[in-house]
Amino acid sequence: MTNAIEAEGLVKNYKTHQALRGVDLAVPEGTVLGLLGPNGAGKTTTVRILSTLLTPDAGTARVAGFDAVRKPKEVRRRIGLTGQYAALDERLTGRENLHLIGTLLHLGRRNVRGKAEELLERFALTDAGDRVVRTYSGGMRRRLDLAASLLVDPPVLFLDEPTTGLDPTSRLMLWGMIREQVDRGVTVLLTTQYLEEADMLADRIVVIDAGKVIAEGTADELKQKVGGERLEVAPALADHTPLVVSALAAGSVSAPVVADNGRTVSVPLTGGMGDVAAAARAVEGLGIDIAEFAVRRPSLDDVFVTLTGRTAEPQEKPAHEQEHEKEKQAA
Amino acid sequence: MIEALSDTRALVGRHFRHILRIPEQLLSVTLMPIAFVVIFGLLFGSAMKVEGSSYEEYIMAGIFIQVMMSNVSTTALGVVSDLSNGLVDRFRSLPISRSAVLIGRTTADMALAAWSCALMAGVGYLIGWRIHNGLLSALGAFALLLLLGFTMSWLGALLGLALRSTEAVNALAFMAMMPMMFLSNAFVPLDGLPSWLRTIAEWNPISSVVTACRDLFGNPTVGAGTGLPAEHPVLVSLVLIGAVLALVIPMSGRVYRTAVAR
Repeated sequence: MTNAIEAEGLVKNYKTHQALRGVDLAVPEGTVLGLLGPNGAGKTTTVRILSTLLTPDAGTARVAGFDAVRKPKEVRRRIGLTGQYAALDERLTGRENLHLIGTLLHLGRRNVRGKAEELLERFALTDAGDRVVRTYSGGMRRRLDLAASLLVDPPVLFLDEPTTGLDPTSRLMLWGMIREQVDRGVTVLLTTQYLEEADMLADRIVVIDAGKVIAEGTADELKQKVGGERLEVAPALADHTPLVVSALAAGSVSAPVVADNGRTVSVPLTGGMGDVAAAARAVEGLGIDIAEFAVRRPSLDDVFVTLTGRTAEPQEKPAHEQEHEKEKQAA
Repeated sequence: MIEALSDTRALVGRHFRHILRIPEQLLSVTLMPIAFVVIFGLLFGSAMKVEGSSYEEYIMAGIFIQVMMSNVSTTALGVVSDLSNGLVDRFRSLPISRSAVLIGRTTADMALAAWSCALMAGVGYLIGWRIHNGLLSALGAFALLLLLGFTMSWLGALLGLALRSTEAVNALAFMAMMPMMFLSNAFVPLDGLPSWLRTIAEWNPISSVVTACRDLFGNPTVGAGTGLPAEHPVLVSLVLIGAVLALVIPMSGRVYRTAVAR
């Protein structure tokens, strides 16, 4: 399978810091790559280079078969870009925004009109089409923004934190629309801070931190890296915890771990269902009340914390603001 | 080439839609020039006398130019607003010629300037301003004014792209405009100035353009000063404006290419 997006050794330096220190990426045609990273990791810089908005200091980038640095115009004909903030003209109506961008894409007048109506319809914006974008809600703006990047049916789509700051309903709606694109065979590079989003949408995930790729794989592979499934057992009373520990220790290869709450005892599951059954019998033999008995798979959150030593959720500011601040200082 | 034209036309259309959408903007290019003519012409005219003619006749060229100069901040503020809401990113990710976005904006702003000129001419007529050298030469003056407005728009585009903040644009535009306008023959004859200040004012490019317009309109040019700029005002104006334009257009193009949103 050929790669629709390929980056090798991307480096971007700003005066005050190094945004990218050699990023390699490959996205096979028709797949979704989730680019995951904490604040200021270099996600936006990567997208800006791949979408020809920024020139890398070193490294090569090929998008849709063309070199992003040498043939930016060819690349621009084949990509759709949805940035962190909806890049729309606030003073034009939704319909006029699509008409303007369609005209600038040289689609031809009749084509533009037809395509705009179709997209407004598909993105549930037909009724709002003649309203000025300034009056739109956050979710409507993002939808219109995504619609605008789909005017040419681009084979490659860049989505830079497409759902940051959206309410859950709008997020679900947007996810649906992104999936629709993937079903049509579009290659998508998606940056996100939401692990859940990467888990839901991406075929493969690349985790970057401080301008470097620190892990790569499918969501399952990444979860494997943190460790396999674990069995968690918690007695109803904290006094009974030592009993549970000794019961589980008997059938496990490694020592049971007691969580911070003093009650939840966990062991790695190595023998599959047999282990679970044996553990269940051992715990039942204790004759005490059990509050929880569960098999738990590591989440992408666990992966993230293990890899970066930080949680992934936005802290004070959304990542794009911080990343942008750095770019601003540098520029 | 045809694509570049249709890109520019679409982008100019965008700006005209803006003007229709936000009446405030139309109001400012309508009321401000009228207010200038009334305040400078009528109020100051009632107190100031110009040798051999009326102050109303004298001042109009200065007011025209003052309004053309304000294109700097009009365009700069528009560019800053496009940068800050990410629209420039979108435009830059489209396969359009990179100059189209800036040409679209400066052309639209020049059209607004033409509208302002027409209004000022009308109100000027009402307060006693006349053209004396025939229509052709007056049209030449308006062409020179619009060329100045267009050039100031490009300067504004460069400022907006470089400064990327509304406050900075406002502060700088004000700081540069005040001395440029008042240290010229736009509002007062230069005869009474101390000689060092008069030399500065004589060589101020604004003075050349003002004198050129007065010449072409057939308005009094008293106190235009001496020296090359005062003797060949049209030529000097064209050379200066042409030089600024030749400098500013490629520079804005270059800055636009790497402009990042704030």
